[in-house]
Amino acid sequence: MSKLQILTKGLIKENPTFVLMLGMCPTLGTTTSAINGLGMGVATMFVLVMSNIVISLIKNLIPGKVRIPAFIVVIASFVTVVQLVMEAYLQSLYATLGVFIPLIVVNCIILGRAEAFASKNGVFDSALDGLGIGLGFTCSLTLLGAIREMLGSGSIFGTKFITGDGILIFVLAPGAFIALGYLLVLFNKLTAKLK
Amino acid sequence: MVLVLFCITLICSAAVGLVYQATKGPIDAAKAAKVTQAIALVLPEFTNDPGTEKQVIDVDGGQVTVYTAKKGDTVVGYAVETFTNNGFGGLIKLMAGFLPDGTICKVETLQHSETPGLGDKIDRSKSDFSVQFEGKNPGTYRLAVKKDGGDVDAITASTISSRAYVDALTRAYKTVQSLTNSADHE
Repeated sequence: MSKLQILTKGLIKENPTFVLMLGMCPTLGTTTSAINGLGMGVATMFVLVMSNIVISLIKNLIPGKVRIPAFIVVIASFVTVVQLVMEAYLQSLYATLGVFIPLIVVNCIILGRAEAFASKNGVFDSALDGLGIGLGFTCSLTLLGAIREMLGSGSIFGTKFITGDGILIFVLAPGAFIALGYLLVLFNKLTAKLK
Repeated sequence: MVLVLFCITLICSAAVGLVYQATKGPIDAAKAAKVTQAIALVLPEFTNDPGTEKQVIDVDGGQVTVYTAKKGDTVVGYAVETFTNNGFGGLIKLMAGFLPDGTICKVETLQHSETPGLGDKIDRSKSDFSVQFEGKNPGTYRLAVKKDGGDVDAITASTISSRAYVDALTRAYKTVQSLTNSADHE
């Protein structure tokens, strides 16, 4: 696989949200607005890239039997770093994302990439893979957040374009499932044409 | 095997410790700035730093924090960080400003999980519900929704949220009263 393919496969071919269907909990939980989706995506992308790099660096030192605990410790450390930095410099985003930040640790995308890619490939490829999958995740979360925000609050990135409220169900939990379902339909239809 | 795992955890915890040290200052500063900002919203102009003049009081299984705002040496008001657990979505936190005589100055919603479009109208940015309390003294103004025989206009279709809001305000008022009364006797 060429370097470019590793980077771009996360966007469409192996998009974590629409194709792999991983990390559904933060996807449904945090995408009440475009900015929340973007924040969650970027935080996940950072953890993904850093943990992929570190894990591919130390992959030969870790005995097979304890690889999962070793991966989790590395991932959890980076998540804690993200949490502390976000609390220090991005208070309002930290307040809205809340419990979903520490929950990045158990996001199956990250452990999945560590196990399936970083533990078998070189440092540079692993970093590219993390970046690609992270970008795919960020794009889909921002898209889902933007759609829910437009329909539910009548605004985009916090700028209102209608007065009053939108279709409120879209910013509530059921709206997340509805919006994601229709996005999946659309995504599958478009990618089917590409094939 | 044990050694490798030990080394990994050691290095990771050292790294996390370093980041914690580096971000501790900014985190505290950001938190303090947030509190001062909220206080400034609900009280008239003050010159001291109310964040340093606070009293934390345990009531009804929670904590109410009273910040004293002063201009020079005279007290211009008390900002009370109050709470209620009776919201439709659980916890609601308010910052309520009281003048020294107990009159409500302004109330700001700090945190809530009320239903968007209904209960979230307690937030100043969403509706004028919180404005009706301004300039009212709970000594003469009955802090209860009209349905319960009080003077408060509840949010349409959100009586539970309105009651919870009033509950948090009442708690704040009682705390300020008990504080100022005990200060008078000293």
